[in-house]
Amino acid sequence: MVQLQEVTLDELKHLVSDRAIQGETMLLNMGPQHPSTHGVLRLMLELEGETIINCVPDIGFLHTGVEKNMEAKRYEQAEVMTDRLDYLNTVGNNLAYCLAIEKLVGLDVPPRAQVIRVILAELQRIGSHLIWLGTQSLDLAAMSMFLYCFRERELILDILELVSGQRMMTTYIRPGGVWRDIPEEFYDAVQQFMAMFPARIKQYHGLLTKNPLFIDRTKGIGVISAEDAVAWGLTGPSLRGSGVALDNRKTQPYTGYEEYDFEIPTRTAGDVYARYECRMDEFWQSLRIIEQGLKKLRELDGAPVRSSNRKFVPPPRSELGASMEALIHHFKLWTEGFDAPAEYVYMPVSSPRGELGVYLEGNGSNKPHRVHWRTPSFVHLQALPVLSKGLLVADLVAIIGSIDIVLGDSDR
Amino acid sequence: MNNKLLKAIQTIEKRFGVEEHIFRDEYSLIVSPGDVVEICRLLRDGFGFDMLSSLTAVDYWPEGDPRFHVIYQLYSIENNINLRLRAPVSDDNPAIPTIEGIYPNANWHEREIWDMFGIKAEGHSDLRRILTPYDWEGHPLRKDYPLGYEEVQFTFNADEIDAKKPYVKE
Amino acid sequence: MGIEQKLANLGIVTTTLEKAVNWSRTRAMWPLLSGLACCAIEMMAAEASHYDMSRFGMELMRASPRQSDLLIVAGRVTRKMAPVIRRLYDQLPDPKWAIAMGDCASCGGVFNNYAIVQGVDEVIPVDVYIAGCPPRPEGLIHGILTLYEKVENERLTKWR
Repeated sequence: MVQLQEVTLDELKHLVSDRAIQGETMLLNMGPQHPSTHGVLRLMLELEGETIINCVPDIGFLHTGVEKNMEAKRYEQAEVMTDRLDYLNTVGNNLAYCLAIEKLVGLDVPPRAQVIRVILAELQRIGSHLIWLGTQSLDLAAMSMFLYCFRERELILDILELVSGQRMMTTYIRPGGVWRDIPEEFYDAVQQFMAMFPARIKQYHGLLTKNPLFIDRTKGIGVISAEDAVAWGLTGPSLRGSGVALDNRKTQPYTGYEEYDFEIPTRTAGDVYARYECRMDEFWQSLRIIEQGLKKLRELDGAPVRSSNRKFVPPPRSELGASMEALIHHFKLWTEGFDAPAEYVYMPVSSPRGELGVYLEGNGSNKPHRVHWRTPSFVHLQALPVLSKGLLVADLVAIIGSIDIVLGDSDR
Repeated sequence: MNNKLLKAIQTIEKRFGVEEHIFRDEYSLIVSPGDVVEICRLLRDGFGFDMLSSLTAVDYWPEGDPRFHVIYQLYSIENNINLRLRAPVSDDNPAIPTIEGIYPNANWHEREIWDMFGIKAEGHSDLRRILTPYDWEGHPLRKDYPLGYEEVQFTFNADEIDAKKPYVKE
Repeated sequence: MGIEQKLANLGIVTTTLEKAVNWSRTRAMWPLLSGLACCAIEMMAAEASHYDMSRFGMELMRASPRQSDLLIVAGRVTRKMAPVIRRLYDQLPDPKWAIAMGDCASCGGVFNNYAIVQGVDEVIPVDVYIAGCPPRPEGLIHGILTLYEKVENERLTKWR
């Protein structure tokens, strides 16, 4: 299948206005390979001069068939594929999948594991927002921000590597808790990061927030009202920029988020600048949560980090030589895995992009019957024509950055 | 159970006669496909369910009858309640009326279930494939569609699999 | 220390044409800015300041294929994207090289299903394969240095 497909104009006539067919407006292809589309996204633009009449997104260039592939693997094997969906929020994807499994089979999670999950999820949120900030600034020609953000992100990746051995695709969060306990250097590493990061955030604010060039390119661009945003299904910072204070960590708390004290930043303008400010404020809130988490973690020193329900969680290797039941459980879990009932659950989680929901249905066997990922990028891309009507192509680039899409998340 | 959710479910049960299914504090109503549009409109206007979280489908081939279930996940922001609707759709000419007029969000979700399952959304403005290439045949997430698995190369069959793979030399 | 020491008063350096051409090709090879999925993030991290790739000649990544020499396929290639990668590779002017970065580009990786091309070498000819999911930035740099070694041993034509 290496030839390009020919699509005639008849099939796509309903997408463009009549003026395009007569040749008055120009059809431009902002193709899958483009420096500003944040991945392989294809946009068919209908332009009059530089103004956008209509913008039709064409996705599917990264469609990996994860949902079908997860039906062919056991529950624990399928977790490996979840990292690679939204590859900037790998810990969050693992967390959403494991929470769905725990809800489905009724598995408990010890408190120390919950605190570790919260700390890693918030670190991952900071990392993802750093990449958002770097790439959005790169699109608006503030190139040094890109290098600064990646420098900060290296420290977060070092912490993830310390804990799990891998920089990005950690698969550290497993059903029942986390894979293994954190090493002692974790406290120092996180505290070092938290000591130097606030000064960096102030640096970023100094570079961008009052910069007249940045304000000109982002204020009043891509405005969406609160009712429209809710109707189009926007969630996360894209919705909070329009004034609706909705966050799954507060409304449907999971992993012990109800015990932490943090706020949900919102703005009312609904434009690119408001969404930028919401995400910048989330840096501070994530740091607050991590600080509280570290205190709780110190108090729970020595507690177990994974559930002791041996029907779902393998025993530690040290027990295998001593106990027959441990050997049998290990054998059953490694050859057959655990079974889940023929029921269905929906688990919404707050990812840096918005609401990430996992619909998990079991069928009594050891493989999932259906896993559906309600991903925020898929839903946000639908709203792109509404956000960019009547604006210039340069504004479109700022808007794509502000809704923070990741194509692995959108195409699955 | 939340009062508003209780009232919504009771109203729908009285008017439409639906089944209820509860698991782990999640409420699902099994509705018939013809009633879906009216129920969604009633929920949005009367009970404040203003956001469609997710729209997907499940395939129960071969033992399920009817074969597909289309699942709507609705969420109310002001009351913070979740409700799920399930509409069974049969196998021959699977179709379900579109709720694009009520939740504009449903546009791409319905294109996705057309692409992945072959369930047509009647009245949809723009029903074409969204995730697979433009001329793909078949509906990948159906249970009778093969995974497209390429055989894993071990030492005993590495050479014969290599000979069949379409490598490009220039 | 360098060429000036060898010149003495003559101002002449002798080398083979092949060595000179290959030396110039490896010292300023510009990749195409085409990241597909997760490996693209590690490619961007390799371009950033911690694992600087501009010390190896890749100061910038050109957005246009007509201005670049190297196509780093970073990420999983789907059936919809395969013709696009082929067209991009055809648009690169000679001499051109291709690196398959990561497991998905080398062999299909974790995903063995209907939607992913099992190795981008079904679509374009690949010079260097880099393993890893995603490969560390040091892994990408090692792959690029391996490509440089390969380029330095290339012949301009079949002399005999």
